[in-house]
Amino acid sequence: MDFGSIITNGFHALVGLDAVYFALLAIGLNIHFGYTGLLNFGQVGFAAVGAYGVSISVTTFHLPFAVGILIGLLSGVALGLLLGLPTLRLRADYLAITTIAASEILRLCFRSVALSKWTGGSDGLNQFATAFTNLNPFPSDAKYGVGPFRFSAPDTWSLLVGWTLVGLCVLLVFLLMRSPWGRVLKAIREDEDAARSLGKNVYFYKMQALVLGGVIGSLAGIFDAVQSQSVQPDLYGTPVTFFAYAVLILGGAARVLGPVVGAMIFWFLLSVTETVLGQLVGNGYITFLTSSQAGQVRYMLVGLGLILLMVFRPQGIFGNRREIALDAR
Amino acid sequence: MRHLIAAAVVAMAGFAFVATAPAAQAAGEGLLGRVAVDGKPAPGVTVKVKKKGGEQVGTVKTGANGQFKIDVPGPGDYTATVDRSTFPAGAKLLDPNRSSLTVTISSDGTRFVLFALTTGKQQGGGGGGQGNKHKPVRALQLLLEGIRFGLIIAITAIGLSLIYGTTGLTNFAHGELVTFGAVVAWMLNSRLGLQLIIATILAVIIGGVAGGLNERLLWRPLRKRGTGLIAMLVISIGLSILARYVILVLYSDRSHAYTDYGSQNARDYGPVNLTDKDLSSIVLSLLVLVGVALLLQRSRIGKAMRAVADNRDLASASGINVDRVVLVVWIMGGALAAFGGVLYGLSDQVNWEMGFRLLLLMFAGITLGGLGTAYGALLGSLLVGILVQMSTLVVAPELKNVGGLLILIIILIVRPSGLLGARTRVG
Repeated sequence: MDFGSIITNGFHALVGLDAVYFALLAIGLNIHFGYTGLLNFGQVGFAAVGAYGVSISVTTFHLPFAVGILIGLLSGVALGLLLGLPTLRLRADYLAITTIAASEILRLCFRSVALSKWTGGSDGLNQFATAFTNLNPFPSDAKYGVGPFRFSAPDTWSLLVGWTLVGLCVLLVFLLMRSPWGRVLKAIREDEDAARSLGKNVYFYKMQALVLGGVIGSLAGIFDAVQSQSVQPDLYGTPVTFFAYAVLILGGAARVLGPVVGAMIFWFLLSVTETVLGQLVGNGYITFLTSSQAGQVRYMLVGLGLILLMVFRPQGIFGNRREIALDAR
Repeated sequence: MRHLIAAAVVAMAGFAFVATAPAAQAAGEGLLGRVAVDGKPAPGVTVKVKKKGGEQVGTVKTGANGQFKIDVPGPGDYTATVDRSTFPAGAKLLDPNRSSLTVTISSDGTRFVLFALTTGKQQGGGGGGQGNKHKPVRALQLLLEGIRFGLIIAITAIGLSLIYGTTGLTNFAHGELVTFGAVVAWMLNSRLGLQLIIATILAVIIGGVAGGLNERLLWRPLRKRGTGLIAMLVISIGLSILARYVILVLYSDRSHAYTDYGSQNARDYGPVNLTDKDLSSIVLSLLVLVGVALLLQRSRIGKAMRAVADNRDLASASGINVDRVVLVVWIMGGALAAFGGVLYGLSDQVNWEMGFRLLLLMFAGITLGGLGTAYGALLGSLLVGILVQMSTLVVAPELKNVGGLLILIIILIVRPSGLLGARTRVG
């Protein structure tokens, strides 16, 4: 066993780009599910409109990069309004089904031949974020980090921007949730009718929460698309949303840092299991799996982990069991 | 919570008796492809592959399965060209402009290209590619396809709807029961060599057992613990991911057809045509659905199911053993899902994600019909199936599922209780 590579790979995953992407997605979901009790299963749809918003603006319509990012964020707002207007009055599981259907509709449309003039069809778009790479202050001939934990210059730049975004979003959530506005959201989660009877317009608060969380989801999509310089429709399938839920529940819903810690641990565990299984298969200790199957076993563990967490510790690592809307309907 | 661990062990053991599918392709860049005449493999067609910008990579001939594979020297853009002089007699390209296809192959990647030929005679059973027919006839053909597809959705969705009605659980893992049935039937059929009809019967029984085990080992203990509905919804998502990847590891990431009833020619029935297997699929689905309806309408347990779905507490108070009814619902749901899976696999090949893809259409169907009702699920699913197929009249076939999902959203906005559901306040 090569423990060195297990640790370096694990560390890279712990603070890596996937962790940033999922931390942002889960921060958005935390506002929906953790604080307001909304079951949004279409978070990946928000990421998709963000990513496509920026890439289509830049590649197809030749708009400046900054305008593209703005359009990406506004697309998130628009999707939130579009989804929220009809469905927020409905029961929680209806919202779940509607949002998941909407995210699938978006994915199917983005990959369709009919729209490929703008979206690039199933191949997607790429090379639209040179403005972002040009801003990179790190010289590209060196690697950055401590000891064996080093990142290439583009990754270092992306990680710096990414974790700054995560920090800002965490701060925003922290400030919002200790404000009166945040307390109304929690009240809605606990008892919608009680909040309504106190004269709060529940529908508008839910809408604001949906849009805010959705925009953070779009920000996640924009970040991921920009740092990888590519969008591809099948990256925005429903499993991404499910993994974001796993991240959120692992870290602890309704906790400011829950999604961030959850994302780091989630990707750390995935990386460690991948490296360990890969080495066991490669060295012939495990003979009943091939190396590609070993990669798939990790996702079985995600599913199993989600079940076990939900059964035995629904509050995750940090959460408070009483603060999670598990009985709402 | 020993039950849970037991559930996982049983789920794995259920697969362990069948051999593992062959390993995925080895590393290195390659180009895979297939040449097909009217959807059937075309052997002996020569394909030339060259790197974009000159340099020839090689020439291959398609094998008996119509497929070819060639290793390419490295990542880059490659162009594959079919040699028209080696086509089977009478065949020509479906789209004359697509004799050369260029693909970008990434490092260690493989890309797939398809050359579609046609003899121009056969009209095929598929929804698309029938531009030579008159529109009303094509609509009729698509209606028939839609009924076939809608009946498959209905068979799989009745269980989902009844489970929702009796327990309140929105079961995201129901799609995996569909895949499970299709895959078990495929393993029995092509690995153990059982005839498909026998394999289907066994798969339906195993599917029923799987449904029952779901309830006994996971959901009933969870209900007894007082787990909330949202928590159960998330658990069902975890179960869905777990089951999907277990199936992926033990089956494969490729699509496979059953060994029986593979390629059939469509027969003409007046203006429309159907293959024998599609016709059997329609007839069998109808028989099964009528059977289910009779069971629900006439039998004691059927009446009890409807009673529990209608009002759980009242049913319990009037002496119905709710737990037993729920168990029967799960067994029935699992068996029906497995049967629907086999039918779906017969028309669209068996794939590890097939059930998950069907799941949203099932939700669309039962929401349209009215969540929790059995007949609503039937009606709604049928309508969704027809809508999905008929929508290819106006939109590209790749977008056909969008119509089904849009209907779902529109129904939730206009009439959330569905067509047959009681008009109650739902939010």
